[in-house]
Amino acid sequence: MTKNLNLTLHVWRQKNAQCDGKFVEYPAADISPEMSFLEMLDVVNEGLIRKGEDPITFDHDCREGICGACGMVVNGRAHGPKERTTACQLHMRSFKDGESITIEPWRAEAFPIVRDLMVDRGALDRIIAVGGFISVPTGSPQDANALPIPKEKAELSMDAAACIGCGACVAACPNASAMLFLSAKVSHLGLLPQGQPERYTRVRDMVAQMDAEQFGTCTNHGECESACPKGIKMENIARMNRDFMKASLTYRPATFGGGGAG
Amino acid sequence: MELNSHIPDGPLEQKWSKHQFDLKLVNPSNKRKYKVIVVGSGLAGGAAAASLAELGYEVECYCYQDSPRRAHSIAAQGGINAAKNFQNDGDSVRRLFYDTVKGGDFRAREANVHRLAEVSNNIIDQCVGQGVPFAREYGGLLDNRSFGGAQVSRTFYARGQTGQQLLIGAYQALERQIGLGKVKMFSRHEMLELIVVDGVAKGIVTRDMVTGEIKSHLADAVCLGTGGYGNVFYLSTNAKGCSGTAIRRAYKQGAAFANPCFTQIHPTCIPVTGDHQSKLTLMSESLRNDGRIWVPKRKEDCGKPASQIAEEDRDYYLERKYPSYGNLAPRDISSRAAKQACDEGRGIGGTGRGVYLDFEDAIKRLGQNKIEERYGNLFEMYERITDENPYKVPMRIYPASHYTMGGLWVDYNLMSNIPGLFVLGEANFSDHGANRLGASALMQGLADGYFVLPYTIGGYLATVKPEARSKADDPAVKAVEQTVTDRLHKLLSINGKQTPTHFHRELGKVMWEYSGMGRNEAGLKKALEMIPLIREEFWNNLRIPGTGEELNQSLELAGRVADFLELGELLVLDALHRRESCGAHFREEWQTEEGEAVRDDENFCHVAAWEYQGDGKAPVRHTEQLSFESLHLATRNYK
Repeated sequence: MTKNLNLTLHVWRQKNAQCDGKFVEYPAADISPEMSFLEMLDVVNEGLIRKGEDPITFDHDCREGICGACGMVVNGRAHGPKERTTACQLHMRSFKDGESITIEPWRAEAFPIVRDLMVDRGALDRIIAVGGFISVPTGSPQDANALPIPKEKAELSMDAAACIGCGACVAACPNASAMLFLSAKVSHLGLLPQGQPERYTRVRDMVAQMDAEQFGTCTNHGECESACPKGIKMENIARMNRDFMKASLTYRPATFGGGGAG
Repeated sequence: MELNSHIPDGPLEQKWSKHQFDLKLVNPSNKRKYKVIVVGSGLAGGAAAASLAELGYEVECYCYQDSPRRAHSIAAQGGINAAKNFQNDGDSVRRLFYDTVKGGDFRAREANVHRLAEVSNNIIDQCVGQGVPFAREYGGLLDNRSFGGAQVSRTFYARGQTGQQLLIGAYQALERQIGLGKVKMFSRHEMLELIVVDGVAKGIVTRDMVTGEIKSHLADAVCLGTGGYGNVFYLSTNAKGCSGTAIRRAYKQGAAFANPCFTQIHPTCIPVTGDHQSKLTLMSESLRNDGRIWVPKRKEDCGKPASQIAEEDRDYYLERKYPSYGNLAPRDISSRAAKQACDEGRGIGGTGRGVYLDFEDAIKRLGQNKIEERYGNLFEMYERITDENPYKVPMRIYPASHYTMGGLWVDYNLMSNIPGLFVLGEANFSDHGANRLGASALMQGLADGYFVLPYTIGGYLATVKPEARSKADDPAVKAVEQTVTDRLHKLLSINGKQTPTHFHRELGKVMWEYSGMGRNEAGLKKALEMIPLIREEFWNNLRIPGTGEELNQSLELAGRVADFLELGELLVLDALHRRESCGAHFREEWQTEEGEAVRDDENFCHVAAWEYQGDGKAPVRHTEQLSFESLHLATRNYK
């Protein structure tokens, strides 16, 4: 068994969006390398509660890297040092005894801080609400095998659909752009035949919402791709830009014909 | 209390279509006058909220997470069952129905399960239409895999992320309705009470988890899709926020709680490493398609690395005991067999509570690439957590609390015994009997949300007038709101020394020890003595820093633990009264010499539904008799 770790944490504490925040130092003593990063924070929080101090607030839920709730910048990296790993799946064996760890929330204008490490990512939901879907009311589709989909297309679509909506791409981007998130959805649906009817209105509407939410623009830094815990690739952004270009050039405001007889 | 299941008459195969026709309809232009509250945004809640809004009802949807996309349905890995028979291997609606009833050890209603099997095919159509990227063959058609308790391949999947993809489909449908203004979404809101006025469900009281505001929301019907109570064991595969609070509150308002002791222990989870453990991670059952489960034949070999244990010294115990199903024996049977091997001292890993899930043969047979294609993300997840490479050394696994078949009692219309209160998905008790088969939770959640509730709720709403909705200043509503405020105040003012997690962990130990995979009278009675002691300590020695008027995660957790401390006791009580072994409920007094479960159909072929009588009073156990007209009530045999 490897020996337990003694660490020093520098954690961003901020009571709410209106207050100023600051870094506060906490010791994290006798931490087992088998613990996850969030379990380490649990141990620190248990100690704080017993002392009557406010525990560190952070979003978390499934703790198996799929719900996308957790997210924090650890030593300057979104979700910490391990590639393709969410904060909840990061284990303390990735750290050395005696190390200092800086923990901050996602920082982006579009993600206001709620408390400590917790931010409001509602902007991502609002981007989906304007077009990140296929309009198919319950009960209306045809048989599932009526439309064969080439395996390669289905696999590429699945690669993009793996996005967990955690927002690490936004936190890692120097411009706080949401292009990787948005392009993943545009690719997921746009690569499939079912997604074709709304393909171009989808990308236009989603980009417009992204701009309205104060996300920055993409300048091809590529930080998003390396921070993404699900390995979403920048090629999705290229695919989205192509669709967006075509959508912008061919856009015609909707016109509806008058009613017919009857 | 009257428990009328309202199962339609007529032949089993025609009950649902007949019922759909018999149900009253709400005129399209009248639908917008009705307001429906949906609590929970997972497969059941999310699908229901979207579908009801598409129909034209005014919908409000509540979830405790920051976004409806994070509901715990998202963590389901393996797949979703449907009776498509795309593999031409003999599947049918009747076979899916039969497997599900048998898998549930004949403790579910035939009519409900048959309906579930009927709509299973519509679900796959719906999901493909939404753009769910299911796995496909090179010809472009959908692929299937096998799951436990079935001898056909009927499970549709999207890599190891099927739950995620199905939930994203439902979430996108929900977001579309939110964008259209048809659904009002309340995220970071926790339901803390059900409002019942004159015996009818009229709304809910929520706490805004950011501001702490307590508020009543009123509607013409309330639907709970709030998931199961598996976290009563503290360690489980559930998300940290999963709780029994919504259904516990409904129970205290008069809703019957059915079969609380039917809790599923999943056989393949990553073993516990120490006291710091906050949750357990599932390794999908689909791995049992290619992985072989074994322990050393001799205790002395347990400390050796797996590679040094010769083939003839390994005990592939599932293949040995259940040759026809082998490693794909149902979950309850596989879990107990693992426990038994470890109880015999043949467990592996640091704690001795583990068995191997070995892919060596499959890699030899199919090549590493094929295994990577099938389970790549699961292998990666395993390595991330354990720091061991499962392509090289066998996985170590052990059973963990995973799913609860029990839940609020509902009739065929998914309505509880409180008119206007509907319960969907894992939160109800209806379709899985005493044990759920793999890949059937996603099926049931979506069946309830997309294809059952949207019909049955109309039958109820057509009988009520929209004007009958309660008003926020109604004294009855205000009184309910006050009880919520009082309870939070009470929790905050204890000012003791221990954290909410401490009590949750203590409760979990008792539940797992005495009411986990094996149960007996002495142990259950002991648990009934211990739980009230923990509860008393909780209400005297709890510490919550901060106030109720701000974001306070300790307060949120304390409220959930308080409910688990009561729910756990009900679970144990139910387990004590069910003097038989069936499905996941294994009473050690009722087993064969070979350790197989012995059911008592004469005395226990029924649903046990508990009615709350007040704090400190024993709840009353009611029963709903189950009759099997289409299937022969047989002993399960997976040999």
